[in-house]
Amino acid sequence: MNAVLKYVEPGAAILLAVIWISPLMFAVWAAFHSTSDAVNFNLLSPWTLDNFRTAWDGAPWLRYFLNTFMLVTVVLIGQFILTTLAGFAFAKLDFPGKNFVFILVLMQLFILPEVLIVENYAMVSRLGMFDTILGVGMPYMASAFGIFLMRQSFKSVPIELHEAARIEGCGLLGILWRVYVPLAKPTYLAYALVSVSTHWNNFLWPLIVTNSPDTRPLTVGLSIFGAPENGVDISVISAATMMSVAPLLIAFLLFQRQFVQAFLRAGIK
Amino acid sequence: MSKHVNLERRRQAIYGWLLLSPAAVLLSLFAFYPSIATFISSLFSKKTRRKPSEFIELENYTDLFADPTFWIVVKNNLFYAAITIPVSIAIALAMALWANSKIPARGFVRTAYFTPTVLPMIAAANLWLFFYTPGLGVLDQIGSLFGLPSVNWLGQPETALWAVIIVTIWKEAGFFMIFYLAALQTIPEDLKEAADIEGCSRWTYTRRIVLPLLMPTTLFIMVNAMINSVKLIDHLFILTKGGPSDASKLILYYIWEMAFAFFDAPHAAAMTILVLAVLCIVAAIQFFYLDRRTHYQ
Repeated sequence: MNAVLKYVEPGAAILLAVIWISPLMFAVWAAFHSTSDAVNFNLLSPWTLDNFRTAWDGAPWLRYFLNTFMLVTVVLIGQFILTTLAGFAFAKLDFPGKNFVFILVLMQLFILPEVLIVENYAMVSRLGMFDTILGVGMPYMASAFGIFLMRQSFKSVPIELHEAARIEGCGLLGILWRVYVPLAKPTYLAYALVSVSTHWNNFLWPLIVTNSPDTRPLTVGLSIFGAPENGVDISVISAATMMSVAPLLIAFLLFQRQFVQAFLRAGIK
Repeated sequence: MSKHVNLERRRQAIYGWLLLSPAAVLLSLFAFYPSIATFISSLFSKKTRRKPSEFIELENYTDLFADPTFWIVVKNNLFYAAITIPVSIAIALAMALWANSKIPARGFVRTAYFTPTVLPMIAAANLWLFFYTPGLGVLDQIGSLFGLPSVNWLGQPETALWAVIIVTIWKEAGFFMIFYLAALQTIPEDLKEAADIEGCSRWTYTRRIVLPLLMPTTLFIMVNAMINSVKLIDHLFILTKGGPSDASKLILYYIWEMAFAFFDAPHAAAMTILVLAVLCIVAAIQFFYLDRRTHYQ
């Protein structure tokens, strides 16, 4: 009985893994084969790059890539600056009203930006940022989650270092920049990985605030490209999907450990 | 001396508020003000060309409660939550236990479980479209091997929501797994040794020792899964668009449709407020349990 069990469990684990990865594998395989071969599962059929050519010509992908790239960069820079300043204030300064404001910030963790789409859309339009990349990124910059993460990380820095820097004549911002920021590097890395993969994949909000190919990120472009009205076939959609996930997927496969650690650190808080 | 302390205190207050102000401004613009504005606009009627918007108290809410689609959507979302939360937690737990044990090809197994997490929901939906398409799709092809008839998984009310649920579970289980994995690695080895000496079977060890120790993690994951059951709707745009006849429509999708397809902002606002109320309850649950958790440690 035990001997059988010894093989059943690994078998089940590997079977689940194969099932889990199969949608991706099928799409990779289909992307490199002609549609008729893909839907008939001709396993020995020739490989081709035609689908990628068709997909590439079907939409301004280069522009979409650039937009997504700019979007994740803008969001990340904004988040780094805002969460560093606010996280430092919460961690190391003492001032009236601090705890009240901190509770307000924590509340934002549950007011999902996704839910406030209607009013956020009105706000972005009012600020004249409709259909701009800044408009897509703006609502995410003051991330409550990031502020919380930075606060935790800065809190763990020993006060002796702070004092030493002050005796050396460093101002408050100088201390933040020279002592705290370098020591929080792992937190920044973790936060960056989570932020980049979140915003690379974000869809609903960019769908609402973008209206032209000049600002549209990959996810929105992909959904328009794959819309049934366009009548694109499954191999071409697979090729387009592969193209748009490739950068993040390859980065993940190369730096798997860092990604998993980042998500963990970000999740557990 | 006290003058010096006062000065220092004032300096800290000025610096504190200065450092906070950029974040405070953006949080106000994109979280607090919109929440209040949503509440206010949920109490006013829709502005048309003929009629200006006027204060109508709770009429938007009573309209919603009288709208049959609203109840279908609520029911769908409750069902969506009731299936995706426990199933993805159970699968995540199994994945973590396996990925933590000594099995062959462990690296591959871990990667396979986690990979869906890094894909956008839109891409995930595209991949699954390949499975669900009637006639050509993978599921139908497998079915036809066993002589089963072709099924239009996304096109019939009985299966559409299930098809959406499966994609969500596929997407989030691997993400939850890593929290279990991390928790498993903190369980001390001597507990396992003690259990072995007592002659516990592996099953007993898992059930009586591992699962109780994972309880705080399970609660944490549960809160995340609850939030996801409101938030994860991107795949609807590709797979079903809420159809057929609203069978797979979820609340956030309905809010989007109300506001940006039917241009009915007041009713969308009323629905948003209801969702925020539910999220507040989730937050309360989390704070309540997080307190207990710190109590244990």
